[in-house]
Amino acid sequence: MADEPQFTITIDQNKYLPEGGREVHAVLSVESTGGAAGGAPQGSAAEVVIIDTSGSMSYPDTKLRAAVAAAQAAVDALRDGVFFAVVSGANTASMVYPRQAQLVPLDERTRREAKQALGRLTAQGGTAIGSWLRLADQLFDPFQNGVRHAILLTDGKNQHETAEELDAVLYRTQGRFVCDCRGVGTDWEVPELRKVSQMLLGSVGLVADPADLVADFRAMAEAAMGKNVADVALRVWTPQTARVRFLKQMSPSVADLTAKRVESAPQAGDYPLGAWGAESRDYHLCVEVPPGEVGKELRAGWIKLVVPGAPGEEPRVLATANVLAGWTDDPAQSTRMNPRVAHYTGQAELADAIQEGLQARKDGDLDTATARLGRAVQLAGEAGNDAITALLRKVVDVEDAATGTVRLKRNVDKVDEMSLDTQSTKTVRTRKGEG
Amino acid sequence: MTEDPSIVKTAELSCPACDEVVYAGEEFCEACGHRLSDEPPVVASPVAPAGACAGCGASAIDADGYCEHCGLRQPAERDHLEVELPGPGRPLAAGASDRGRRYSRNEDSIALTAYAGGVAAVVCDGVGSSPNPDEASLAAARTGAAELAAALEGGADAETATHEAVLKAAAAVAALAPSPDSAPSCTYVSAVTGPGTVTVGWVGDSRAYWLAAPAAGSAGQDTADLDTADLDTAEQNTADLDTAGRGTGPVTLAASRQLTADDSWAAIMVARGALSEAEAEAHPNAHVITAWLGADAEQVRPHVRTFAIDGPGTVLVCSDGLWNYFPQAGQIEAIAGDPGADPAGTARTLVARALEAGGRDNITVAVVPVTGRGNGA
Repeated sequence: MADEPQFTITIDQNKYLPEGGREVHAVLSVESTGGAAGGAPQGSAAEVVIIDTSGSMSYPDTKLRAAVAAAQAAVDALRDGVFFAVVSGANTASMVYPRQAQLVPLDERTRREAKQALGRLTAQGGTAIGSWLRLADQLFDPFQNGVRHAILLTDGKNQHETAEELDAVLYRTQGRFVCDCRGVGTDWEVPELRKVSQMLLGSVGLVADPADLVADFRAMAEAAMGKNVADVALRVWTPQTARVRFLKQMSPSVADLTAKRVESAPQAGDYPLGAWGAESRDYHLCVEVPPGEVGKELRAGWIKLVVPGAPGEEPRVLATANVLAGWTDDPAQSTRMNPRVAHYTGQAELADAIQEGLQARKDGDLDTATARLGRAVQLAGEAGNDAITALLRKVVDVEDAATGTVRLKRNVDKVDEMSLDTQSTKTVRTRKGEG
Repeated sequence: MTEDPSIVKTAELSCPACDEVVYAGEEFCEACGHRLSDEPPVVASPVAPAGACAGCGASAIDADGYCEHCGLRQPAERDHLEVELPGPGRPLAAGASDRGRRYSRNEDSIALTAYAGGVAAVVCDGVGSSPNPDEASLAAARTGAAELAAALEGGADAETATHEAVLKAAAAVAALAPSPDSAPSCTYVSAVTGPGTVTVGWVGDSRAYWLAAPAAGSAGQDTADLDTADLDTAEQNTADLDTAGRGTGPVTLAASRQLTADDSWAAIMVARGALSEAEAEAHPNAHVITAWLGADAEQVRPHVRTFAIDGPGTVLVCSDGLWNYFPQAGQIEAIAGDPGADPAGTARTLVARALEAGGRDNITVAVVPVTGRGNGA
C-alpha cells in the first residue's frame, strides 16, 4: 500500500456550550493527498455500465445512439486490467458484454468487443431500475476487496416495478458498490434517481442534451479510475449517554448519512463514505451530549477514518480527530457559531428549501412554493452559491434577494426546473477568509 | 545569622527558630515544631488518582487524556494542585492552585520551602499574552524557592536572599525565550518568614497579605469593620515606606493588610493621584502590569520589604485570580477560616471561594501561619 494516499481529518467547531447546552456541531474536512497518479487500486477495480434500453430511448432514436456513444466513451476511458461489464436495462436487466453474467478484464480485444456489442443495442420494453441494480450487484460480488463503481443511465420513471421493490434492492445493495446516476431528457423523476444515487453514495445529474452524454460519461469513468481506496468509512465514537443526531456529507454535495450507521465497536458506529481518490469532502456532525457543568471538557466525538483490514483483521485507521465540548458561563464564547458550521447549516437548509419549493409548486401549493424558493434565493445569496442562484432565477423572478422576496415565473422550462432540482444538493465551500 | 554556612550546620544542636536544644536525626524541633532537616522546595503534587476517570471512574483513559467511556477530558496535573509543608502537629505552610473556570490550563505556579529559620513561599502568574506562560511561572517559582532556601540556609539575610532570588528567577524565565519577540513571562511574589519578621519581594501584580489572628472574643463583623478602618492606615504606611525608604526600621504588623503594591497601571494612576482607586479599578487597563519577569522585560527591579511581627497571624501569598474577587485584606480574612490551625483548609477554601465568584483567572494561594516573635514559622 505504498501508493495509498495520505488522509487527514480537520475539525472546525466552537467547542463551547452554554450551561445546560447539549448540541455539539462540527465540520469534519476529510482530505486525501498523494497516492499514485491515476490510481493504483488495492484489489481489482471493477466497473459496470448500465444503459437504459426501454422503448422510450428510441423516441427519438438519437437518445439511444447518444447513450451508446457515451457508454463506448466510458469503456475507452477505463484503464486496462479493470474488470468490467456492460448491462442493458428494460423490464429486466440483460448482459450486453460479456455474454455471461460476469466481469472480464479490460484489454484491447474486450474493449473492441464491448463497443461492438453496444453498437448493436436496440430499445424496447419498460423501466425497472431495481432489477438492473440487482444484476450489477451480482456481477460485483466476487470483487468486494476493490473499488466497485457503476454508471447508470435512464430516461424514464421506474414504472415497471413498485417503489417498494426498488427500495428493497437499494437497501440490500447499499455499501456493495458506488453508483453515479444520470437522467437524460426530461421524462425521469429527479427525487427517484436522487434517492438511488444517495443510497449508493454516488452523484445524480441531468443531461438535457443527449449530445452531452459522451463527455459526461468519459468524465465519470475517469473519475472512477482515480479512486484507489475502496470502502472508506467514518467511525464515530461518542460518550456513553451521548448520541449522533446527524452526520451529513456537505461538500461536494449534501447527502444525509445518519441512517447509514452500522454499529462497529462499543459506543461507535461506522458511516460508509464509498471509494476515495485524491479529493476532499466535508461533513457536518451533530452530537447530543448530556449537559455538563461549567468548566468541564468532553471529547464529544472521536472520529476515525477506517478502511477494511486484511481478512480476519481489524479495520485499519487512516486518520483520527477529536470533536470537543466544553461548558462555559461566558456568553461571548458559547454564542459564537463557527463560520463553517454556520455556512453548511445554511447550505443544508438551501437544499431542503429548493426541493420543498419545487415539490409544492408541482402540487399546486403556490404560497409554500413562493416562500420556500424565496428562502432559497436568500440562502444562496448569503452563501455565495452563484450556480444555484443562476438556476433559481430561471424558476422565480427575484424582487429582493436579501429578504427572499420572489414571484414564481409563469412559464418554466421543464429542463430548468429539473436542473435546479438535481443541482439543489450541490454546495460551495466557505468563501475565503471565512473559514 | 552568620556568614559561614558551616556554622549553620553545626548549629543544628539548637533550634534555629527558638534556640531550644535539639538532637541529630530529629526532623522537627520538639519545642516549637520548626522543621530542622534540609528540604528541597516543595512544588505541589496532583490530587486526582491516576488511572481512573475523574468523572465516571472508568479505568480507560486513552493517550490523549480522554475517558473512553464518558469522554471526559482528564484534569491536567496542574489543573488543580494542593501542596503542604508538613510539620509536627500542624503543617508549616500549605498552598492550592487551580485552573479556574475560564482558562483551559493553569498558568500559575507555587513553590513552598522550609529553611532553618522559617518558610519561604513563591507564587508566579504566567502572563497570558506571552508564549508558554505556564513554563515561565513554573521556572520562576521553582528557581525562586530553591534560591531562597539556599541563600537563607547559607546565612544570607532575608532581604538580600529575596532580592537575589527574584533576579535568579528572572534569569531562568529569560532563558526560556527563543528570541526577544517570543518571550515567556510571568509575575513573581515571595514571602519569607523568620523569627519575628516577614520579608516580601515582588515584580508584577501578584500579592502578599498579612492576616491578623482573630482577637479572642471579638465578633466577626466587628473585626471586619475594624480591619477595613485599619487597612487605610496600613496602606498609608506602605506608601510612606516607599517614599521614606527602608531607613526607619520595619513596620510592625497588627491588623490585616496588604504587604505588596502592584506593578500595575491602576496602581500607578492611583499613586499619581490621577484616578481614585475605584476609577482605576473600573478602567479596562486596570490590570495591565507594568513589570514582569521575561526576556522582554526591562531591567528587573524587585520590590523588597520587611515587616516586624509581634503576634500570631498568617502571611498569604496569591495571584490575582484570588484578589480580583477579594482585594481587601479584611475580605480575605473574613473567609479564611482558621489558617493557624489548618493552613491547607484555608488555601482550599479561598480557591473555592474564588471559583464560586466566577473563577475568571487561574487562582493560586499560599498560606504561611506565624505564631509571633521568637516562635519562628
